[in-house]
Amino acid sequence: MSEILKVENLEKKFPITKGILFKKQIGSVNAVNGINLSLGEGETLGLVGESGCGKSTAGRAILRLLDPSAGTVTFEGTDITTMSRKDLVPMRSRMQMIFQDPFSSLNPRHTVGSIISAPYAVQGIKPEGGVKRAVQETMERVGLNPEHYNRYPNEFSGGQRQRIGIARAVTLKPKFIVCDEPVSALDVSIQAQVINLLQDLQDEFGIAYLFVAHDLSVVRQISDRVAVMYLGHIVEQAPRDGLYSHPYHPYTHALLSAVPVPDPKLEAQRERIVLQGDLPSPINLPSGCVFSTRCWKATDLCHSTMPELKEMGDGHKVACHFPIMESLGSVTIFGPDSGLTPQPDRVVQPPSEVLQDMESGRALRPKDIDYAGGEEPY
Amino acid sequence: MSFLTVNDLQVAFSTEDGVVHAVDGVSFTLERGKTLAIVGESGSGKSVTSQAIMGLHTGRGVKISGEIHLDGINLVTASSEQMRSMRGNQMAMIFQDPFASLHPFYRIGRQLSEAVLAHRKVSKKEAKAEALRMLTKVGIPNPEQRIEDYPHQLSGGMRQRVMIAMALINGPELLIADEPTTALDVTVQAQILELLAELQAEFNTAIILITHDLGIVADMADEIVVMYGGRIVERAGLHDLFYQPQMPYTVGLLSSVPRLDSAGNRLLSIGGQPPSLIHLPQGCVFHPRCAARNPEVELQCATVRPELRKVSDDHLVRCHLDEAEREAFATKRLAEVLDGE
Repeated sequence: MSEILKVENLEKKFPITKGILFKKQIGSVNAVNGINLSLGEGETLGLVGESGCGKSTAGRAILRLLDPSAGTVTFEGTDITTMSRKDLVPMRSRMQMIFQDPFSSLNPRHTVGSIISAPYAVQGIKPEGGVKRAVQETMERVGLNPEHYNRYPNEFSGGQRQRIGIARAVTLKPKFIVCDEPVSALDVSIQAQVINLLQDLQDEFGIAYLFVAHDLSVVRQISDRVAVMYLGHIVEQAPRDGLYSHPYHPYTHALLSAVPVPDPKLEAQRERIVLQGDLPSPINLPSGCVFSTRCWKATDLCHSTMPELKEMGDGHKVACHFPIMESLGSVTIFGPDSGLTPQPDRVVQPPSEVLQDMESGRALRPKDIDYAGGEEPY
Repeated sequence: MSFLTVNDLQVAFSTEDGVVHAVDGVSFTLERGKTLAIVGESGSGKSVTSQAIMGLHTGRGVKISGEIHLDGINLVTASSEQMRSMRGNQMAMIFQDPFASLHPFYRIGRQLSEAVLAHRKVSKKEAKAEALRMLTKVGIPNPEQRIEDYPHQLSGGMRQRVMIAMALINGPELLIADEPTTALDVTVQAQILELLAELQAEFNTAIILITHDLGIVADMADEIVVMYGGRIVERAGLHDLFYQPQMPYTVGLLSSVPRLDSAGNRLLSIGGQPPSLIHLPQGCVFHPRCAARNPEVELQCATVRPELRKVSDDHLVRCHLDEAEREAFATKRLAEVLDGE
């Protein structure tokens, strides 16, 4: 798999200014603070985090919809960080975006046909067989009725509008799409349709996705690898199954334990790690580890030094001084299918037994983990 | 008689395009200290049902019929004065959007004490003390200072805590929570759900929880009502609904949600779109999207509206298929999700 996108030390700061005539910068919102990502051809990288963690800003900065404050973005071997707007235009046919809100991301005065054909006009490309036919083929591909070519966006439901947005993004057969919360505005039954569509398109055209979302279940469904963001930093990055079955970072643990699972017996057994307090302001970042203000394992070291991303094996990286070494193993709620080698002190039970044997407690149990010392060797 | 009894509730709105039967023949009961979850997609009538209980549908073009008995009082025929004295007192509501449901001009202390002053004969000072007590209870740090804050100074989770404090300040017996955590992040959602459960245990409140998130339902509910196209399509206890779902729509919902404990293969989505409430399909409202088709009853599904039938005493389903067929369909679908066959 060849690398299609490389992001190095990407930063995005929004200045806070004071004064009207003589603007003076008095601070900045540190939305993205030096993240490193890479994406292979046809691969999906999930970028998860809570609101305000900088995940959407990162997605936009990578596409140069926002100008990065520092760092480089290399797309297909070309450094696009400082490219001029004009030079970027031809690049855009290979990198696209799908937006969260299917209501505000489509121009209400344009017909579906003109929305989906806009990329041809912008790029000056004349598809074989005419624009109309090409657009109708795309519409059919994403599950829209091609006869609705002349309709306006307001005549469609939320799910269908999201399909219009997807059709627009895939018109030019791009190699890379940033999907910014593409299903969070949709009803559950429609969500599944759109997720399946995105996966089908990926298989067909070999598109790489940067999938930005807050819903960990959705991200697990679609991603090959997952990066967890907190306050503009990537705190953990790993192949999907590794992350969901053995999260090392306390924040990832807390996030996963907070997601309710649609299974009452399991829910009754799970114990939540309820984080205290709110997300700190990105204007005044905490010193040391950004998560230290809410972390139950934090020590003086955490409050003074930001940990680097460390390799833990199998492509699993974590930025934590005291990563949680205990695997969720067979007690995971995250399914018996994780495909990971069992950790030495835990036995993975065969799937059927795990599903039936609810009493054995395969839920995440923070009590079982020794948080007291905070000085685990590794 | 149950604490809350809703019997054959119908809510219709007349619009330019025709009459919208938003809620059609909804019946359920709820006891003190229990939680009823109403599950459904947008347009299924779940919010309209709860708003009808609160008496929020007034004005022209709305037609409500049926009965809603709260502790022996019929809310459908109650006068608006009577409703006003009950709202915020015996029954209260938490809305989805904590950003839109607090008044931006007034300090939260004033908004909280207003709720007390409206229903109790107390001095302003006592009302404020009550507000402070409630803020402490819902876990707002430094309540003495926070009480002087405006809503914009609080984070989303804090605002939702203030909303909960406001709803519970008069000790309501019925609390309606309409998507209380949809606008919040998962870690904050965990805090809020925990808080609701604690407060319910303390005040013995009956809760109607409206949500589309089956994970939250599994965590909070005692009984579940699944709505589709303005009707109840399945009503069951917590374990029955998750482990023996009957209605193909419920099965569809359970198998189409991406979940942390699934095998992670392709989602089994429900095809098609939710129906328009003005032009409901003939026959079973779900039949155009139903995956459990059986040629023998297909004509019936397409032409005859099914009745709510009893599977067991507290498990009702609206479906033409017989029990064995429904169970076979549900077992097969759910096995596909969890085992990845």
